Amino acid sequence: MFQPSPWRADFPAIAALQRQHQTYLDSAATTQKPQALIDALSHYYGHGAANVHRAQHLPGALATQAFETSRDKVAAWLNAADSRQIVFTHGATSALNLLAYGLEHRFEAGDEIAISALEHHANLLPWQQLARRRNLRLVILPLDAFGRIDLNQALQLIGPRTRVLAVSQLSNVLGTWQPLPALLSHARAQGALTVVDGAQGVVHGRHDVQQLGCDFYVFSSHKLYGPDGVGVLYGHTQALELLRHWQFGGEMVQLAEYQSASFRPAPLGFEAGTPPIAGVIGLGATLDYLASLDAQAVEAHETSLHQHLLRGLADREGVRVLGAPQTALASFVIEGVHNADIAHLLTEQGIAVRAGHHCAMPLLQGLGLEGAIRVSLGLYNDSDDLQRFFAALDQGLELLR
Amino acid sequence: MSMPEQARQALEAFEQGKGWEQRARLLMQWGDRLEPLAETDKTEANRVHGCESLVWLVAELVDGQWRFKASSDARLLRGLLALLLVRVQGLTSEELARLDLREWFTQLGLERQLSPSRSNGLHAVLQRMTKLASTR
Repeated sequence: MFQPSPWRADFPAIAALQRQHQTYLDSAATTQKPQALIDALSHYYGHGAANVHRAQHLPGALATQAFETSRDKVAAWLNAADSRQIVFTHGATSALNLLAYGLEHRFEAGDEIAISALEHHANLLPWQQLARRRNLRLVILPLDAFGRIDLNQALQLIGPRTRVLAVSQLSNVLGTWQPLPALLSHARAQGALTVVDGAQGVVHGRHDVQQLGCDFYVFSSHKLYGPDGVGVLYGHTQALELLRHWQFGGEMVQLAEYQSASFRPAPLGFEAGTPPIAGVIGLGATLDYLASLDAQAVEAHETSLHQHLLRGLADREGVRVLGAPQTALASFVIEGVHNADIAHLLTEQGIAVRAGHHCAMPLLQGLGLEGAIRVSLGLYNDSDDLQRFFAALDQGLELLR
Repeated sequence: MSMPEQARQALEAFEQGKGWEQRARLLMQWGDRLEPLAETDKTEANRVHGCESLVWLVAELVDGQWRFKASSDARLLRGLLALLLVRVQGLTSEELARLDLREWFTQLGLERQLSPSRSNGLHAVLQRMTKLASTR
């Protein structure tokens, strides 16, 4: 039965891609954008750009107001207690780097940082490099057979030497929700700071950072149907106070002399240089759009499409799905067929999926794989998109076998 | 510049190939003709990085002429490598430097396979070849 997406027409690029015979199933990499966002960008650039937090003139005041309103919208989206807990960065990666540098002074040789085996490189490499700089131990929490962090082992591995726990909320390869409540409360009890990489998780459902009880929560705008070049770092007020400033220049300074300077607290103190103003305003417009949707209808739509995807993969001989995906995406390999070959033939047929290591090389290596194909869904996808994918997959396999 | 006989054959076949299915079949046929690479040649030094699949390129300069061998664990990429090798085999460094390989793949109707955003590795192989030709 055809399952349409009621929101498809809100995303003009989907129709444009369809005219080019392209079926977009790579939303976990980046999403298409709603008209509301495109209008907001066009309005900002068409009505007078200005720098924020600097100028006394009218355009500057308007831009600053729009920029700060977006901060309020992000705070509301995450149910943060205070807008000052929201720091704008240039992406999730830069937010995680900010944390790894900003917290560096709190570590002593021999301290531990715990991450999981499924982390995206963005939540692995900043901590790995910090561990190397400071002679720390990077502890890797192993996974269970479903592709979730193995709680029994994790609770053993997170101990009094653990200073930071940094884990994904939703795996970008396995599509599994991680057992955050148990992990976070245990880590807190051990005196560790907690960092949640919400890059994938934030896109599906609403998440309440106060309820989660994490110290930091990170996501990127472009995966949440917003513009690229913008990331968000939420920090609990006490946690933000622990951060040392890490990038310098622009309005993050309070007083500057030739030989010394003092800096502002969060959020502005961590927004060095001119921030991505249009992008931040655009993210605000995207959040308005998303907030206007019927959240239950979105969830029902995504769940039903995801089931369709999993059923279709299970129906096909030789297809092995990685882990037990719960939301939004599925990665798979096919017995006796190279991923690159399938990817090549899907591309030839206008199916846009991701092939390779998905920025999680150690995870793929741990699974004994060179790579995998990932199909990921957005709220604009419909069941015809999946039909076209499956038809193309069947055609490709027929050729290869 | 003159074209080796095998390259002429490839061009003829691909010019007649209509549609993605026909092109894929041809690629697989040409890939099957690729001379297998000895395990001893599959070294880290011969490995071309920047590909999602494993790709090796072995290059030797014999009497001023390049002799290439290449392979991959991915089938369609083996086809692309075969089409590359028939065009460059036996060329001198000067001839190789003058040869427009993008043009060659465009003639074959395969220019999209060369895009740097493609992770198939052909782009990386071509870069390695250009570097070889310019350094020796």
